[in-house]
Amino acid sequence: MTKPVGMEVAVAAAEAVALCNIDVAACYPITPNTHIAEHLADIIADGRIDAEYITVESEHSALSAVMGASGTGARTFTATSSQGLMYMHEILPITPAMRLPVVMGLGNRAVSGPINIWNDHSDIIMQRDSGWLSIFADNGQEAVDMFIQAFKIAEHPDVLLPINVNMDGFQLTHVVEPIVFPTQAQVNKFLPPYKPFASLHPDHPLSMGTLGLPEIYTEAVKARDVATVNAKKVIVQIWQEWEKQFGRKYEPVMTYKTAGAEILILTMGSMGETAEVAVDALRKKGVKVGLLKLKLWRPFPFDEIRKAVRGAKTLVVTDRALSYGGPGGPVCSEIRAALYDQPNRPEIVNYIIGLGGRDVRVEDFMKMIEGAPKAKKSGDAYQIYGVRE
Amino acid sequence: MKKWPETWKEYNTGGIVFEPGNARSFKTGPWRSLRPVWDNSKCIKCGVCYIFCPEGCVQEGPDGFFAADLDYCKGCGICAHECWPSAISMIEEGQES
Ligand code: SF4
Ligand code: SF4
Repeated sequence: MTKPVGMEVAVAAAEAVALCNIDVAACYPITPNTHIAEHLADIIADGRIDAEYITVESEHSALSAVMGASGTGARTFTATSSQGLMYMHEILPITPAMRLPVVMGLGNRAVSGPINIWNDHSDIIMQRDSGWLSIFADNGQEAVDMFIQAFKIAEHPDVLLPINVNMDGFQLTHVVEPIVFPTQAQVNKFLPPYKPFASLHPDHPLSMGTLGLPEIYTEAVKARDVATVNAKKVIVQIWQEWEKQFGRKYEPVMTYKTAGAEILILTMGSMGETAEVAVDALRKKGVKVGLLKLKLWRPFPFDEIRKAVRGAKTLVVTDRALSYGGPGGPVCSEIRAALYDQPNRPEIVNYIIGLGGRDVRVEDFMKMIEGAPKAKKSGDAYQIYGVRE
Repeated sequence: MKKWPETWKEYNTGGIVFEPGNARSFKTGPWRSLRPVWDNSKCIKCGVCYIFCPEGCVQEGPDGFFAADLDYCKGCGICAHECWPSAISMIEEGQES
């Protein structure tokens, strides 16, 4: 294991991808993912790795290009944010349908409008049902680790699905953090070469991306859903392998000081680190509070959530996106669904927070936790935290 | 060959089709409600019907005249529309030409 180096997280993400022996990358730069695209282009142009970088005119083409490459058996990568992800929308559900293990870096950013380049989760949430696997990093180290894990997860013969690694835009992508890089030999040991299920080659003609008539479409959906649900087992297993080799632990739902906790607060993404500080402070004051950090967004870890909330009286769920006119925050709706038929489930309070780059500070977590009983009494399904009334 | 997989478990990963040219076994002729009928006395053998057929099912015979393979012709009428001397007419399926 090498010593930690100080590096901007987006640049570190590109360095991590470069350790993964990729064959083809295609990215269209967009804030805040630009530095991933730029730095990876540099690495390839400088000949540090043997890969092709396809310069495309749009994100729609970027994903199409890497899917074509993936179809030939190449290990592929793309990265984007917000409007770029929106522009990929038409292609996004086709990648998992074709079972192509493309890896994508997402520097999460609010979706327009109003036009906003800062962080929240509205981009990935709007693409939630595209069928990609989705994992969230809390910090730069996790982002680096997750990119290396992502290729192994996506390419596993029992998975063969694309995956996106989510890093909060600016809050993560643009900060310099101490990061420990695995060596090339360690990555090679962890990540075997990609063995495609099938690949395009003139010597063995086959068709990908075929038509599905009403007689077959339902079966195609079922097959894909089973693969997605089953991916969780492989993800957990690969995370355990990672922990064994590198000593850093990953679980679908990570817990922090949850022993004996009556109040739990749940975060997804970089807010988790801020919440830890708040939990530390409140624990010192004698408040029985703990933290749950959701690392796996798709497939959603229903069982792990049920287990993690056991014994808690109140569960405060934070969401960095809103389903307009819907049940509130998208993370909270999944959690409500997970707990609906559970006996002794905790009371749930949902805060929509950190929208369009608004800071979420330690004291905000204190206020959310302290304000939970009042929020519950209001009867509202969710609160938009900090909105000026 | 089975037309459809019996259950979802038989659905090939990613819907990949491993048998080259298997579109041949998928006959689109039954979709047709109108049928193209050639009047070779008007035909100038220009081949426009062959070029324009989106199904690729118009073929040239040894005599230089053209005809549709009715196993695949969807009856879209493009050949009849494009034919310069109006040598092709579309008639209701089931009617005599
Ligand atoms: S009707 Fe359409 S499908 Fe049939 S031969 Fe003419 S162009 Fe082709
Ligand atoms: S388009 Fe008309 S004239 Fe030309 S080859 Fe076909 S049938 Fe004959």
